[in-house]
Amino acid sequence: MTEFERIAKRVRKQILIMSSTAKAPHVASALSCVEILVALYFKVANVWPERPDAPERDRILLSKGHGCTALYACLAERGFFPVSRLAAYANDGSSMGLHPVRGALPGVEASTGSLGHGLGLGIGMAVAARMDRTGARVFTVLSDGECNEGSVWEAALWAPAHNLDNLVAVIDFNKLQATGRSTELTCLSPLPAKWEAFGWDVSEIDGHDLRAVTEALESPPDRKPRAVIAHTVKGKGVSFMEDETEWHYSPPSPNELERALAELEEVP
Amino acid sequence: MRNAFFQTLTQIAGQDDRVMFLTGDLGFKLFDEFATRYPDRFLNMGVSEANMVSVAAGLALSGKRPFTYSIAPFSTMRCLEQIRNDLCGMNAPVVVVGTGGGYAYGVNGSTHHGIDDIAAMRAVPGMTVVCPCDPRETAQATRALIDLGAPAYLRLGRAGEAMLPGTEKAFSLGDPTVLRQGDFVALLASGQIAEEALHAAELLARRGVSPAVLSVHTVKPLGSLVEHVRRRAFDVLFVVEEHGPCGGLSEAIAAKLAALSSHPRVIPITAPDRLVHDVGTQAFLRRAAGLDAQSIARVVLNTMEDQP
Repeated sequence: MTEFERIAKRVRKQILIMSSTAKAPHVASALSCVEILVALYFKVANVWPERPDAPERDRILLSKGHGCTALYACLAERGFFPVSRLAAYANDGSSMGLHPVRGALPGVEASTGSLGHGLGLGIGMAVAARMDRTGARVFTVLSDGECNEGSVWEAALWAPAHNLDNLVAVIDFNKLQATGRSTELTCLSPLPAKWEAFGWDVSEIDGHDLRAVTEALESPPDRKPRAVIAHTVKGKGVSFMEDETEWHYSPPSPNELERALAELEEVP
Repeated sequence: MRNAFFQTLTQIAGQDDRVMFLTGDLGFKLFDEFATRYPDRFLNMGVSEANMVSVAAGLALSGKRPFTYSIAPFSTMRCLEQIRNDLCGMNAPVVVVGTGGGYAYGVNGSTHHGIDDIAAMRAVPGMTVVCPCDPRETAQATRALIDLGAPAYLRLGRAGEAMLPGTEKAFSLGDPTVLRQGDFVALLASGQIAEEALHAAELLARRGVSPAVLSVHTVKPLGSLVEHVRRRAFDVLFVVEEHGPCGGLSEAIAAKLAALSSHPRVIPITAPDRLVHDVGTQAFLRRAAGLDAQSIARVVLNTMEDQP
């Protein structure tokens, strides 16, 4: 196991512990975007925990804000704040709620939670970075269910017309939204063809393959924004959570947490 | 008012390179000078108001000072949640500009009427709401909102509004502008309907009533308004707004005054709580809504007859 994979495993454990301890939902949504966020925070993005507000930093926006335990764990692992602080997740008076809030924690770039906001915010940041020649790139992570929102497609229409090649949209395509199959509730498929038709430079990858994710995020697109369609499994890493709608809502019980952590340990 | 806004914005942009202008595909020819002088700070966002607000927030969070622009209902209600979360939720200094407040887009029909935009904007936590009464106040408010450095709604009329006496004085957000001095009775107006209120005051003066007329340009927060009306000891306040009865200046003032142990009567003079089906010019629709000078004067006279 590489150091990179060990980080992803630690992030998964933190997600499970946070969800179980706080009895909070969205554990499976967080588990599906672990490799995407680990690749961003530990390989791809230029971010500096000691200078979280550096103008030239890359922006990472978790537009699917409900997956924020993955974000909190990545920020902590990356050194933006102590890992011990994760214990405050969803406590009374905590700055770490079930959806992230800008300014509440170092490294959180946007308040998200209502879906369909992050791509437009990302466009604004990407335009500003281009105007100011800071070299900053913007990565925004969307869910597939989020692509039901009209505002996503408003943003998707605009960015390619302005050659925003410092903007990357990653779609965590785990095929399950809150109450059903994302590919059945709406006519989401073919998702890559839709983004391509909107003028994006599309790459389609296994969203749990850290090397593939890294390559897709790193390689510069040619005068276009890039859409990375990351095929993922909701609840990835815990056999009884994978691809099961229930784990959008249910937090693991202490017993389930124990089983889940044991499973993660078994992976070589 | 639109011309005053664009002229001022273009001037400010020359002094402050953070200033940007985003339009939802409206303002044909009006924005030409800005777009020609500052092409990289002009973004036509297409007919996508929700995205326009989110993009403006992203720009503002990167140090820019964007203005978003569309007709009042589109620039406010169409993208209300983006204003709530992306602007106010993150205190992003964006000025949302709604042109055509009230019935200014009269014959376009109720889809284009701004008679609930103030209510929507007032309801959003952290939003400042400003309705200037004439081109001069529009220019002053535009400058003041850049200095404010927080999310704000700037509600404009359309074209051809008269310059009103009193707006040549110094302008400060939250301090109402006195358009006409008067005793016992005050007409408090938000936005360009102040012109009708002034005409009503002239009609009333011939009937022995001499009301003060104030432009309450800052509808949220009310600032020094309550202090002002208490100091002047008015008996009756008539609140004149080209806006429905819910959530506008009348309710804002009434709620503030009701908490006081004694306060003047508050009589709202507003548009009806209805989206109109019959179109017409702004003058026609104001008459139909009882918002023309004669109707306003009539309400004042009737009220004063009953006043002990």
